[in-house]
Formats: sequence, C-alpha cells, structure tokens
Amino acid sequence: MKAPLNWLKDFVDINVGIKEYVNAMTMSGSKVEGVEDLGEGIEKVVVGRILEMEAHPNADRLKVCKVDVGSEVLQIVTGAPNVKTGDLIPLALVGAKLPGGQIKASKLRGVESYGMMCSIEELNLSRDYLPDAPEDGVYVFSEELEPGTDIKEALHLDQVVEFEITSNRPDCLSVYGLARETAATLGVPLKKPDIRVKEEAGGDASDRVSIEIENPELCPRYSARIVTDVKIEPSPYWMQHRLAAAGMRPINNIVDITNYVMLELGQPMHAFDFSCLTDSKIVVRTAREGETLKTLDGQERKLDTSMLVIADSQRPVGIAGVMGGENSEVTDQTRMLLLESANFNGASIRVTSKKLGIRSEASGRFEKGLDPENTIKALDRCAELIELLGAGKVVRGIVDCNMTRKSQDTIKLDPDRINALLGTEITAEKMMDIFRALEFEVDPNTMIMKIPSFRSDIESVADLSEEVARFYDYNNIKPSLLSGKESMRGRKSYKQRMEDVIRNTMCACGMNEAFTFSFTSPGVFDKINLPADHPLRDTVVISNPLGEDYSIMRTTTIPDMLRILSINYSRKIETARLFELSSVYHPVDGEELPEEKSVLTLGMYGEGCDFFELKGVVEELMTAMGIAGYEFKPEREEPSFHPGRTASLMVMKSDGTQLKAGILGEIHPEVAEKTECPERTCAALFEVAVLIDASSLSRKFKALPRFPAVPRDIAVVVRDEVYVADLMKAIVKAAGEILEDVSLFDVYKGSQVPEGMKSTAFALSFRSADRTLKDEEVNTAMEKILKSLEYQFDARLR
Amino acid sequence: MKQQLESIQKKALETLETITDIRELEDFRVAYLGKKGELTRILKGMGALSPEERPLIGQLANEVRNALEEGIATTRGRLLRVAREEKIRQETLDVTMPGRAKKLGRKHPITIVLDEIKDIFLGMGYEIAEGPEVELDYFNFEALNMPKNHPARDTQDTFYITEDVLLRTHTSPVQARYMKDHKPPIRIICPGRVYRSDAVDATHSPIFHQVEGLVVDKGVTMGDLIGTLQVFAKGVFGEDTRIRLRPHHFNFTEPSAEVDVSCWGCGGTGCRICKGEGWVEILGAGMVHPNVLREGGIDPDVYSGFAFGLGIDRIAMGKFGIDDMRLLFENDIRFLRQF
Ligand SMILES: [Zn+2]
Repeated sequence: MKAPLNWLKDFVDINVGIKEYVNAMTMSGSKVEGVEDLGEGIEKVVVGRILEMEAHPNADRLKVCKVDVGSEVLQIVTGAPNVKTGDLIPLALVGAKLPGGQIKASKLRGVESYGMMCSIEELNLSRDYLPDAPEDGVYVFSEELEPGTDIKEALHLDQVVEFEITSNRPDCLSVYGLARETAATLGVPLKKPDIRVKEEAGGDASDRVSIEIENPELCPRYSARIVTDVKIEPSPYWMQHRLAAAGMRPINNIVDITNYVMLELGQPMHAFDFSCLTDSKIVVRTAREGETLKTLDGQERKLDTSMLVIADSQRPVGIAGVMGGENSEVTDQTRMLLLESANFNGASIRVTSKKLGIRSEASGRFEKGLDPENTIKALDRCAELIELLGAGKVVRGIVDCNMTRKSQDTIKLDPDRINALLGTEITAEKMMDIFRALEFEVDPNTMIMKIPSFRSDIESVADLSEEVARFYDYNNIKPSLLSGKESMRGRKSYKQRMEDVIRNTMCACGMNEAFTFSFTSPGVFDKINLPADHPLRDTVVISNPLGEDYSIMRTTTIPDMLRILSINYSRKIETARLFELSSVYHPVDGEELPEEKSVLTLGMYGEGCDFFELKGVVEELMTAMGIAGYEFKPEREEPSFHPGRTASLMVMKSDGTQLKAGILGEIHPEVAEKTECPERTCAALFEVAVLIDASSLSRKFKALPRFPAVPRDIAVVVRDEVYVADLMKAIVKAAGEILEDVSLFDVYKGSQVPEGMKSTAFALSFRSADRTLKDEEVNTAMEKILKSLEYQFDARLR
Repeated sequence: MKQQLESIQKKALETLETITDIRELEDFRVAYLGKKGELTRILKGMGALSPEERPLIGQLANEVRNALEEGIATTRGRLLRVAREEKIRQETLDVTMPGRAKKLGRKHPITIVLDEIKDIFLGMGYEIAEGPEVELDYFNFEALNMPKNHPARDTQDTFYITEDVLLRTHTSPVQARYMKDHKPPIRIICPGRVYRSDAVDATHSPIFHQVEGLVVDKGVTMGDLIGTLQVFAKGVFGEDTRIRLRPHHFNFTEPSAEVDVSCWGCGGTGCRICKGEGWVEILGAGMVHPNVLREGGIDPDVYSGFAFGLGIDRIAMGKFGIDDMRLLFENDIRFLRQF
C-alpha cells in the first residue's frame, strides 16, 4: 500500500522526521518497504507562463520567449517544438537543481537565456505520474496555475511511503487506516473526517432504484447512491496526482473519485451507467449456468454458478468485487450513475478472482474480508467529492440493503493474562490507552471493550496481547530462557545419529555432499534405460508444476546423481566424488500420502574411481555403521548399470534374513552416453532404513593377540566364472578356528594360465589365542583348504 | 719399549685426527689394534722384558690401548655425526612443495549450518522431529489456522498433488503432527526440505530448507521466545550479534514477529548485505496461536508456547557470502570443496 505523506497528513499530524516516522511505523507493525520522494533532486523549478514567443535570429529551431515567473519576466531560449504563447510550463530558474545537474544563465547562439523549460524526463518524473506529458518536448500544465508556484506544489510532488500490509489487516489497505495506526504509534490524535453531502438533485434514491440480494451469505450488504447530471471530465490535478502517487492511473473524474475513496477509506466502489441497468434494478446473485460477461478489460468471461455477480433484471453487469462489465461502463455519454458500495464474502471473491485470473485492487481488498460498516461512509465521501468536483448532482438518500448481524463484538481486557503471555508488567492503564488509540471503546470499570467493526482480526486474548506488545515495543520485553521450567534432555534419535555416521564416513572417504531437487522430469526414466513398465515410473505428479522438468516427485536419485556428475564433467573437472542423503517418493495404493524413503546415493568418475574404489567406500561405511554379515552379490538385472560390473549389497536383518540394501556398480555404457557422463562412471544407491536396521553402534573389545601369527600363501587356478568371494568363503570354512584372516592379493590371467582360467592368490594368517601354533597344525589346515578348493571349484594349486 | 709405545700413541692419535671416513677408521683400528697390528706386535715382544719391567710396560701398553680405543670411539662418533649431517643435508626437502593430499570430502554448506543449529538447540534440551514432505493440506494449512481459501495462503505459493495433498510449504506441519502425538512439555526443532512455487533465480529456489522450533509448556512467555532467539543468533552469527523483533502476522502465531539480526557484514552500521539497514531479516516467530494449540489437543488456557522458523539456505548464503542461490543445488565440485 502506497500512501502519499500529505494524504496521511489530512488525518493525522506527523510531527517527526520521515526517517523516524518510518522506523516507528515498522516497529509498531506497519512495515515500511520504502519511501519514494517524487520531488527528489528538484529545486528552484517554478510554474512559468509564456507571454511572448519570437523566432531566434540565428537558429531556425530555437525560439526566444518572455516567461512570467510571478516575481519577474525572464528571457528564455527554447528548442521545444510543442509550446506556444500562453502555455504554463515548468521553468528551471538560474541556480535550479535538477536530477541532471544545475542550471546556469547561458548564451544560445548569441541570445541570453535565464533558465530552462523542462520536460518530465528532465524532472525525473514518470509518465505514470503525468500521463498527459508529451512524448517529446516540454511539459505543459493543463490546469490553471499561478506563475511562480513551486513545481513541487503545482505537481504535488510528495513523499510516498510504501507499507507492507499483512493479510489480517485489510483496514490498513487505506490511507485512513494507516493514519489511525500512525496516530496510535506517534501518540497523537486521529482527525476523523467530517463528511457532508448536500444532495442537491431532486427525488429520493429509493424511488429510482430497487436492490435485491439473493445470496446474503455472499453479500451481507449492498449500499448505493444515485447521481444525476453527470459531467465526465478529467479530475483535478490534486486528485490525479494523489492517485498516481498511490499507484493508480487517473481515468476520469467519476472513476478517479471511486478509486480515491477506495484508497482513502479502504472500501472498493463501483460506478454503473444507470441508463444501462434494465428496469433500474440491481440484483446480487450467483451467475446462471452459461452466462458470460465482457469485463472492463475487454475480455469475454465465462461465469459459473459459484460466482457472485451484480445483475440488473436481465443480465450480469459486473462480477461482484472483482471487475465491472463493459455493458454498464461509465463513458463520456454517461449522465446518471449508480454508485455501488458493497460488502462481499472474502472467500467467495477470492475463489472467483482466482478462477477468472483477475486480480484487481478491489478483489485484493474484498478477499481479506472488509468492514460492512464502512459502506455508508464511503458512499458519503464519494458523494461529497462528486459535489466538490462538480461532477454531478447527488440524489437524496442511500439505498441500503443490509443483511449483517447488528451486534457489535466485545472482549474483556485481562491485563494479567496478557502480561503472563508476554512476560511483562504493563499496567492496565497503559493497555487501555493503547486500545483507545486504536478506536476500541473501553469501559474502565468492567474492562469490557467494544471491538471496532474494522478489526475483525481481534478474537482472543492472544490478539489483544499482540496489540499491547506492538505498541509497548517487542524489544522492550525482557528476554528470559524458560526459567523455572522442567529441564529437558536434548538428543538425536538413533536414526539421526546413524545419518551423522553416514555423512561423516562419506566425507572421510573423500565423497562430497550434494543437494539436488526432489522433483524432476518424467523424461529421466528413458535416459537411465528403465523399461516402460518399470515400477519406478509410477510417480507422485505435481498438478501445478513450474514446468515439465519439475513435474514429478522422484522415485530414484540415480538420474540426478548422473546429471550433476555430468555437469562437473562438462566443466572439465577431472575427478568428482559425490554423495547425497535425500528422499524418494513412492505412491502407495489406497494411501493419500506417498511413502518417503531416505536414500544414500553415491557417484564418482575420474582418476582412481572404479568399481572397487566405490566398493571400498561402501565397505568402510559398513564398518562405520557396525553392519556385520553383509555380502556383495553380482547383479545383472539393473537396467541402468553395467551387467558385468554391478553388485547388490545384501545385509542381514535383525531376524537373520538377508535383505537387499541397494546396488553399486558401473553405469551402463549406454546410460553414460545418454546422460553425458564419462565412461566408467560409477554410482550406488542404498535404502537408508535398511542399512540402519542392520546397523549397530555397540562395539566389543577383543583382546590383542599374545601369540605369534603364522603367515601362509596359497595360489590356485580356477575357471573365470568362479567368484573370489566364494573361494574365500570356502577357505574360511575349511581352515577352521585357527585362521585369523584371509585376503586376496593377486588375480592373474595370461601366459602360464590356460584360456578361460584365472590364478587367484590369497594371503592367510593363522593364529591361536592361547598357544603358539605348530607347523603341523597349519599344514593340516592348508591341506584341508586345498582339498576343499579342488573339490568345490576344480581348483588346481599353482 | 716405553718410548716405542709412547711414540705409537702419539702417532696414532695424530692419525686419528685426519681420518674422514668410517672405512679408513676401520683400517686404522686393524693397523694398530688388530691381530697383526702395531700395538699387538709390540706386546708380543714383552716376553723379552725383565720381570720388573713387564708389569710397568704392560700397564703402559694397556693405557695406550685404552687411549687408542677411546680415540677410535670419539672419532667414530665424529664421523657418524658428520655422515648424518651430510645425509641430512642431502635429503633436505623443499617443504614448500604441496602435500600429498588425502582428500576428505566436504559436507554441503546447508548441512554445515543445519548441524550448527541442531547443536545449539540440542544443548538447550530440544529434540529433533521430522515429518513428510508430501503432506496433507490439513497439516500444512488447516491445523495451522489457515482454512481453505484463506488469503494468507497466497503468500506461500503452493505445489499441489491433489486438492488435499501438497508439497509442504514450511516445516510447521511437523509441529502440528507432533502436538497430536505428544503431551507438553514439548521442545523440538523440525529441520527439513520445503517447497514454494518460485522460479529459480539468484535469490529464489522452489526447494529450500527450513528449521522450525516449537516449545509448549505451562507459563511459556514471549520473553522466553526472545531469550531463546538471542541464544540462537549469537550461536550462529557470533557473540556480538543483536536481534530485533518487528510485529508481523502469521496465522499460526499470535503475537507474531519478524526477527532481524544485526548485519554480519557491517555489525549494524549499514552495508551492501543489509542494504544499508544494519539489520537482516532471518526468521519469523511468535507465540503459538490458541487455535493451533487447540487443534493439537492442547488446552490454551493451561499451556502456552512459542514457535519460530527460519530458512537455512539464506543463512548459509549469508554466513559464507554465497551470492547466488543456484550454486547450492548445482553441485559443482569446486563450489562444494570450499566449505
Ligand atoms: Zn550491513
């Protein structure tokens, strides 16, 4: 809401500087977004009248003028093509300051000039503010003005304060409402307007028009006045300038008056051309099936039966609270008016304006719920201005269809409860002063207060507390720290602690944490080779997305991981190692909400990044999370992954059964190509809940060995397809208790190893906890191992 | 013979002075003390001496041997020292050359800030509550005193799945859910991902992160809220940080406030970060609205509470001086590795 300062001053004396004012208002809850000084940088520019104009002796394009500036007549040379004798123009005097610089006396082609005629650009004024300014040339005043008048006065170049008004305070969407807040903030009286209407036209309004409300729940009140002898012309400068300063475009006197009243009092108004109302009738009703209306913006609107319209006896003439119809628009030919000042149900207006995609100054106010008591005051102010401007004659009386409940709400002021909620010791007197300033009627004996009709936001002691607190100043409340309350133990849940373990382990393994969006494009599934009937294609769909690319909630994070790897790759970054801990969203049959699963995604490419590097990271994670008994199994069924270089991670559930926790591997070469990732890009995806279920934070100390270890090696040749993990399992099983550790140290293929075979070499370590092992014991174990490998895998000792 | 011994000692000790490497020293030892060494040879001639002379010469010979052995030890020490110094000199490194990096990964700036915030509140006895991102309209709006078609919903441009299901626009629904399942006293923070229909640009993102806090107990005051926020602000932005509350309106709190912290860029004198104001708005807060307590099954005549909510992304940007929000979600390694 933009409020010109001088308009505010019509209702309240602002006796402090602008900076102090702005700060005080912000701290009492009317946040100031900014102050625009329309006359900024302009000094010593006055209204001048061109008395004479002659051709310049030395230049065809220039003219030499005599200009009356009140105190004297100056010689001015100008090149403006649009001025003539008698025109009133803005004249920058010698010594004047303009946004573009200072004005000096000068000689133009040999002729002295003592000032400069100004265009709006030279005054740094916008065409929105002065719509009648010529495209090219000097501004010419269209209103009679005294030469010598300061331009700031002549053009009402005011300071405009822009307030942010919260949705609970539609009463502050008006200059008067803000003046009320100003008065309460500064502790000065509010000057209530004294509205007087002469009503000079003959007859009674109630004889001329009948008003009927069919849906009182959607329109609790409809008040109207009739104006005759209407003369449409531009409104006066002062009104145009106030409207423009507040951000509304001046149109003509009638439209301007209705807008002026809306800005001043917060009540949207509408003027109908009375001659267009069939049977002189207004019916407030919902639209009939199939009705349409061409609105003032020239658009044909399809109405539905939920929309409230203003109709005459035949057809809609306006969409209630949203926009008027072209069929009853005020034009230059309009001679008689119906002025509407009504109250509509906010939610209904909101739905209609959303459906039609029209947001007007009026609908923006109505949808927040306005004061039904304001309709009459606004009509009277409108009538007063019409008479003041000579825009028409007002017919006696108001036709007021009022279906509101008359009772005024009251509330008891309970200072103890307010102080208890705020943690303050504010006196009852001080509180009552605050409410009186806000136009509550306070009974000091009973502490019962009448809530003003424009404050429908006040319902409970909490609301009263806010009123007290904001004028007491929030920052005067003494800080405390829940003193005297039971102390509580803050802690993370097991799951939250494990998530910390995951992040810390990933970082320790050189993985960098990524954050990606949770919504994505349905096109990603093709990119990662998911078949058309893949269950991951069943997604939660956003009904109003920002675009196709952000239209579904992701069911897998692999595409996002590949996308960010590819971004890094395209930027010539040689190595990237990334992880993300985030969610995927799976629709669940028969449930309103999807299942949100936390997943851990890993991705890497570049130097040293291959399957085993990735697997090493995963193994570290298993150790850190205390997951025992995990196993990697070859995985050939994941369409996004290389079928020969991918594994499933199997973990043991608490009940002992094996469960797939996720996959890790090289991205399928085709997917890598489609996602523009480098060859050999690796990725992994795990379900965090499964990992956590298998995890443990408990650790048991094992005594350090007291007897020496006996190291042995064994190398066997087996078929290519034999898995090392199976060989190792067999070794462990065959060796018995004394085998402390086994690790793979070489896999060899090539000369001396037959085609289709590989040589695998293991380092074994034997040890007993209670004695030094004898060679024979170890030899026996080694023989058993070899036998077992020969028997199970056809292995040959190398 | 006595003279012979004395001259051997003199000559030997002089020779020792000139020895410069360890092999030379060994040769020397052999030459004098070895089986065929000079001293040994002389001592072999002792048999020719008179019984009176023998002990005297024997003693002298022992002294010479001791002197030589001591000389050899000293010289060995000297040579080793020299050799070590030489080795040290040769193996001197250019320590200004880069280290062999064991590259640790980095946490995302949002995680870093969130961890800090969690620490502050865990220390004050809060637990961390979580809830779904795809949420019912009821918990996101209605339970928070924002019925359907309430104009306040406009300020939170919402992504809808169906009429009743949406992407949560704040983490406040977690509070609403928590109140339904827990009795006071309640002290929780709810961190998480939230969604608003804003196009992506340098200062907006349709996905960002929030932390909400909720305290409900008997006799909780607005003073408690202010004290808590002071602790938070000092914890995140430094001990000298001041806060300022401005009245505002949120449907789920009353009284409500927007909260500014003194600018981390200038400390309050005005700079580019705070647009000359000296203050930067970072969070919204207030006393829990009685309707919200009631909806959560808590009697507002017995209990009161406060709530606050803040955007983590913007705080991270402020703290680290990140000037474009898009960087947070782009995941350029060169960006991520700066934190
Ligand atoms: Zn600053």
